[in-house]
Amino acid sequence: MSRWLGRLRGRSADHERSGAVARERLKLVLEYDRAQITSAQLDEIRAEIIDSISRHVSVNRADVRVTLERDGRLVAEIPLDSARPAPGGGR
Amino acid sequence: MSQGFTEPPIGYTNEAADRAAADHARKGSESMPAQVITVTSGKGGVGKTTATANLGVALAARGRNVVVVDADIGLRNLDVVMGLENRVVYNLIHVIRGVTQAEKALIRDKRVPGLMLLAADQHADKDDVSPDEMDALCASLRPFADYIIVDSPAGIEQGFRNALAPADQVVLVTTPEVSAVRDADRVIGLVEATGKPSPRLILNRIKPELVAQGDMMTTDDVVDVLRIELLGIVPEDGAIVAATNRGEPVALQAGSRAGQAFHNIAARIEGERVPFMTLDASQQSFLDRLSSLFRSGHGPAGGAR
Repeated sequence: MSRWLGRLRGRSADHERSGAVARERLKLVLEYDRAQITSAQLDEIRAEIIDSISRHVSVNRADVRVTLERDGRLVAEIPLDSARPAPGGGR
Repeated sequence: MSQGFTEPPIGYTNEAADRAAADHARKGSESMPAQVITVTSGKGGVGKTTATANLGVALAARGRNVVVVDADIGLRNLDVVMGLENRVVYNLIHVIRGVTQAEKALIRDKRVPGLMLLAADQHADKDDVSPDEMDALCASLRPFADYIIVDSPAGIEQGFRNALAPADQVVLVTTPEVSAVRDADRVIGLVEATGKPSPRLILNRIKPELVAQGDMMTTDDVVDVLRIELLGIVPEDGAIVAATNRGEPVALQAGSRAGQAFHNIAARIEGERVPFMTLDASQQSFLDRLSSLFRSGHGPAGGAR
C-alpha cells in the first residue's frame, strides 16, 4: 500500500523532482508573459548571441542566460571563458 | 488539536488591548495617518481573504485600530471567514451611496478590541463602484483606523482596480504553484504601472514535507522569479480549515503555526525585524502529521522526509 502510494506520488530516483520542473516551467511561462516572445524565439536569440560573441571571445556556452524582465528589458548574462583564447585566435 | 480552541489566545488580554486603545486615543491626531493596505493575488483561492482576516486580527492584537474592508462586491466572504456574518447590517455600498455613515456600518469584532469589519454588498456588482469612490470610502474610514486592510477580489478587472485605488501599500498573496505565481507576476506589473510601490509578498500554503522531498517550489524559487520583497511565509496548516469552519481566524489561536506566521507578518508591517519561520517537515502540526501518516502509510519517523 505504502509503496503503491509512493509510486503514485512519483517517488522514483530517475525522475526530476516536480518542484524543479515547476520552477523551470514557471520561468519559461513568465519569460513569454513578460514580453510576448515565445521560448523558442528566446532560444534562437540566445543561440545568435552566442554565435556573435564567440566570434570575438570564447564564451561559456552552457552558462549563457537570456531572460526577459518584467519591465520589458531583455537581459543576457554571458560568462566569458577567460581561460581559453577565442577560437579564431582573435583575427 | 482541540486544545487549540480552548487555550487563551496569545498576547491579547483585554488589558493589553485596552491600554493600547487608550494610548491611541490619547495620541489622537498626533499618531501616524492610517495606512491602506490592499491584499491581492490575481488568482483566486490562494488565501487572500484568510490572509486579510488574520492580518486584521494580528495588527489589532498589537493594539492598533484596524478596519478590514471586503471589496469583493457581489461575493461576500470576509464576514464569514471572520465569523461576523450574523452582525452585518450595513455594507460598503451603503456607505458609498450615503445611506449610512461609515461609523454605523463598521462591525466591531468583540474578540479583538480595535478590529472592525466593513462588509461587501452581496447584491451589487463590481462595476457599481468606481476607483474614485473606493478612494473616498477609505478616506472616510481613515479617522477610525491605524490600518485599513482592503480584501481585493480575484482577477485583474474592475474590482481589482477599485481595491487598488486607495492603496498605500500592496500585499500580494500567492501559493508555490506555477499558475498562482504567474498571475502574481501579472499583478505586480499592473501595480507598478500605477506608480504605487511594488507589492510585498506573502507565500501561502507552503508544505514543508513536499519542499523537503523536492515536490514543491521553494520560497527562494518564487522570490527569485517575482523579485519583490518577501513579507512572510505561511505554512499549510489544518488549523486554518478548522478555524475557517468556525469563523475564528487562526491568528486568534495559540500554538498554530499559520497563526504565528500572521503575527510575524503584522510585526514586519510595523517595521519590526522578525526572522522568517524555519519550515521543517518535522515542525508540522500534529493534525498534518497525523493525516500524512494516513496518506503515506508509514510512521512519522520515516515520513518526515
